[in-house]
Amino acid sequence: MNGTAPGPAAGNAPLGGVSGIQQPAPLLRRVLLQGKYEALAMLRNGEQLILAVVLPLLALVGLTVTPFLDRIGGSRVDVAVPGILALCAMSTAFTGQGIATGFDRRYGVLRFLSTTPLGRGGLIAGKALSVLAVLCLQVAVVSAVAFALGWRPEPAGWIPGLLLLALGAAAFTALGLLVAGTVRPEATLAITNLLWILLGALGGIVIPAERLPAGPQSLVHFLPSGALGESLREAFLGGTFNGGAALILLLWTVIAGAAAIRWFKWN
Amino acid sequence: MLRVVSGVSLVAERGQVTALLGANGAGKTTTLECAQGLQKRSGGTISLLGQDPAAAGADLRSRVGVMLQDGGLPPSSRPVPLLRHIAGLYQNPWPVDDLIQRLAIDTFSRTTVRRLSGGQKQRLALAAALIGRPEVLFLDEPSAGLDPQSRQLVFDLIAELRDAGMGIILTTHLMDDAQRLADYVYIIDGGRNVAEGTVQELLQRNPGVEAGAEHIRTLEFEAAAGLDVDAVLPDGIAVSETRAGSYSVTGSLTPAHLAALARWWEEHNIMPASMSLQARSLEDVFLDISGKDIR
Repeated sequence: MNGTAPGPAAGNAPLGGVSGIQQPAPLLRRVLLQGKYEALAMLRNGEQLILAVVLPLLALVGLTVTPFLDRIGGSRVDVAVPGILALCAMSTAFTGQGIATGFDRRYGVLRFLSTTPLGRGGLIAGKALSVLAVLCLQVAVVSAVAFALGWRPEPAGWIPGLLLLALGAAAFTALGLLVAGTVRPEATLAITNLLWILLGALGGIVIPAERLPAGPQSLVHFLPSGALGESLREAFLGGTFNGGAALILLLWTVIAGAAAIRWFKWN
Repeated sequence: MLRVVSGVSLVAERGQVTALLGANGAGKTTTLECAQGLQKRSGGTISLLGQDPAAAGADLRSRVGVMLQDGGLPPSSRPVPLLRHIAGLYQNPWPVDDLIQRLAIDTFSRTTVRRLSGGQKQRLALAAALIGRPEVLFLDEPSAGLDPQSRQLVFDLIAELRDAGMGIILTTHLMDDAQRLADYVYIIDGGRNVAEGTVQELLQRNPGVEAGAEHIRTLEFEAAAGLDVDAVLPDGIAVSETRAGSYSVTGSLTPAHLAALARWWEEHNIMPASMSLQARSLEDVFLDISGKDIR
């Protein structure tokens, strides 16, 4: 497409009453706008809201009124809440974001937005930002309900806890993008929902690894779910930071992120 | 390596509508997507506003508008918030309210994208492509799904943008689009451009397939169904009854052919309900060049 020389379109009529060479909005503004747009879309979607807020709250109440988590070294609610926070991270970053991205890919939304000043990088950054924003809301809602149910977290656990939660969200976002970018959206829907249930129940998220059979127990610590669930319980119950678990989450982020960059299909 | 497009060479100028005309699967969309930087190309060079689109940054993307064939708009979004969001990605966007009014988007502003009709979706996608006041506008099948009113609206706007100096590149398999809109046409077939020129140049083009092919005309008339018109005319003139009572006579028609047909009508007391004679259309040129095989 030669012949369209760069430079101002001198002498041309202004379009829409505005003239001059177009410039993109600054990068930070583009990413913030996209993050806000995607977060609002997520919050307006009924199914996403059930997955992100209603189911975790149901699980929290369920674990608090049943004796399932008794004799683990804390009150029922104290043991339950860190797992529920980990579940929230998986809901939003992996299942919710994965399904949304999968269908955006199907409908050409990713291709269209990557032709705007937002671009592919800005699109991914916006998605990560929207996951963090929704996760913050989830933490606020779950904490409020948990406090009402008598949650007494170790105060020293907040800083490592929130850090680990952010790391977990990063790992699950990368995994969600990997699934959404490589298989059909219907398959993404099935895979991310199935893994949400399997990892939530048996992957060390809601139910502590020590309540699982010996075989899976050793494996669970190396899963992003187990690393996040176990380290959050250690943080909020004992105020400690599990560096090994943080490293495992980081590794999952890097490996899944690199795989997503390598194999993500935009159309 | 799969070569979908190999041997396409084209130039699109500012202030012109350049049409890529071809059948489904000819390589139009692939060509466009390479030019937009959406697809990686394995060879060749593309210069878009003096830059390589494959390495384009936000600066170049902000000067180029793209309307994809499938729209690319999020199904759960509503038109106005979506346009305002996209407008926020530019420093000096086209005022959203003005675009909404020009493309009559206010008539469906409260409907989600998934519930819009084909024509409404196309108008919204065009608005989304225009919101950055682009210097170059890519339109992939812009008239798909448009009703006659929307088509008029969209075509008038495209002409206006062209006159304002925008460089517009569109793909279509509809000859009528090209005939009405395009300043310059490239016919793409099998991943190559096989012919180019203004619409006038293409219509006058000697296809070289058969001598005198430039004199091919089509006579269409309506009369009673089931007439044996074929028997009246010599070989080389194709007669078909396109539907009951509608006849199409195509070939290098001469006054003698017309006289023979008229005599036959007189002998059998046939008075056609309607009749028309047409010279070659862009469609005929296109079929001459790219063949009549279904692909």
